[in-house]
Amino acid sequence: MPDIKQLIIIGSGPAGYTAGIYASRAQLKPLLFTGQEPGGQLTSTTEVENYPGFEQGIQGPELMQKFRKQAEKFGTEIIDSKIDKIDFSAKPFRVWSMDKEYQAKSIIIATGAQANWLGLKNETRLKGRGVSSCATCDGFFFKDKDVVVVGGGDVALEDSIFLTKFAKTVKIIHRRGCLRASEIMQKRAKENKKIEFIWNTDVIDVLGENKVQAVRVKNNQTNEETEIKCEGMFVAIGHHPSSEIFKDQIEVDKIKGYIIVHDETRTSVDGVFVAGDVADFKYRQAVTAAGMGCMAAIDAEKYLEDNK
Amino acid sequence: MSEEITFTDQNFKEEIKTGVVLVDFWAPWCGPCQQQGPVIEELAKEVENAKIGKLNVDNNQVTAQEFGVMSIPTLIIFKDGNPVETLVGVHKKEDLKKKIEAATK
Repeated sequence: MPDIKQLIIIGSGPAGYTAGIYASRAQLKPLLFTGQEPGGQLTSTTEVENYPGFEQGIQGPELMQKFRKQAEKFGTEIIDSKIDKIDFSAKPFRVWSMDKEYQAKSIIIATGAQANWLGLKNETRLKGRGVSSCATCDGFFFKDKDVVVVGGGDVALEDSIFLTKFAKTVKIIHRRGCLRASEIMQKRAKENKKIEFIWNTDVIDVLGENKVQAVRVKNNQTNEETEIKCEGMFVAIGHHPSSEIFKDQIEVDKIKGYIIVHDETRTSVDGVFVAGDVADFKYRQAVTAAGMGCMAAIDAEKYLEDNK
Repeated sequence: MSEEITFTDQNFKEEIKTGVVLVDFWAPWCGPCQQQGPVIEELAKEVENAKIGKLNVDNNQVTAQEFGVMSIPTLIIFKDGNPVETLVGVHKKEDLKKKIEAATK
């Protein structure tokens, strides 16, 4: 039988690592599973300008390295793998990673969210051939080329501005007539001469044999269809919560799959807590995720104390 | 036990000429590449019958372009100099082992 841990934390974004920092300082010796993307969404961003304490800004991957080191410093044990299966129906709770079983008296779910795709057949076929969801990774391959960015939020604008360093032109295709991005990002994007906006438009197909040559779009006001020539399509249309493995055992909202929170960080299972974007459909910021990670760790500590 | 190889535009053709070779196309500024990197290092230590290593696309653009790499990390498995499998995005060690095994058959 495996040892029974006090606490297992699932996820390694700001929520998971902050839970690790607090729980390890409380001597709970937590075990943290990073999942497939250690560091989470921030590892595919560039400059983070709104995390307090870094007045000059900090690179996303570097910030997450700092979170990780701080969690390790106080004794969080970190395993770089993904949880594939869980059983929260009895205590201790059981989780499996790469067919190995782990047990704990309490759990913090901090699995975050992952990028949405448009869901087009040719989008999947041309991934890595001009279709990308990571501008910071792949922008480099589009020097002096024409690219499109799909989306209208902060990530879409941040990606577009980043891409102008390489690309000849960046067209932002957005299905609405206005942006939901923050004012400061809107201002920067609108002032950038390489960026052009295409409003009220849906991407309906990606064209190209071995690599992207154009996207087929439809104006959702006039129903007019046209093609836009481009060699790259970057998709930034939001995220969905990574709650798939929990949804049969924990209460999640039926439409989008966010884990439902009761009283601060409690889930529908006593002893299982939640933090960050897997539960938060409203704020979704690094600093709010970190705050909720702290709350979940304090709640877990109290739970363990009460259920000794 | 073998060490991972550093591929460059200069040594590439020679290094992939014979046998099964897995190349991780990466760059230091790519977040997901930082997750793939340690997996490749472990793989190099554990796999006996294939050459395994990395190519920094920033310094070796000719090779990256020749094989149409437009997204990183991209992993390409070569057999006797020809690409037999292209994998885009971060991949797990066990999955890569299976792909290498299939290529060596």
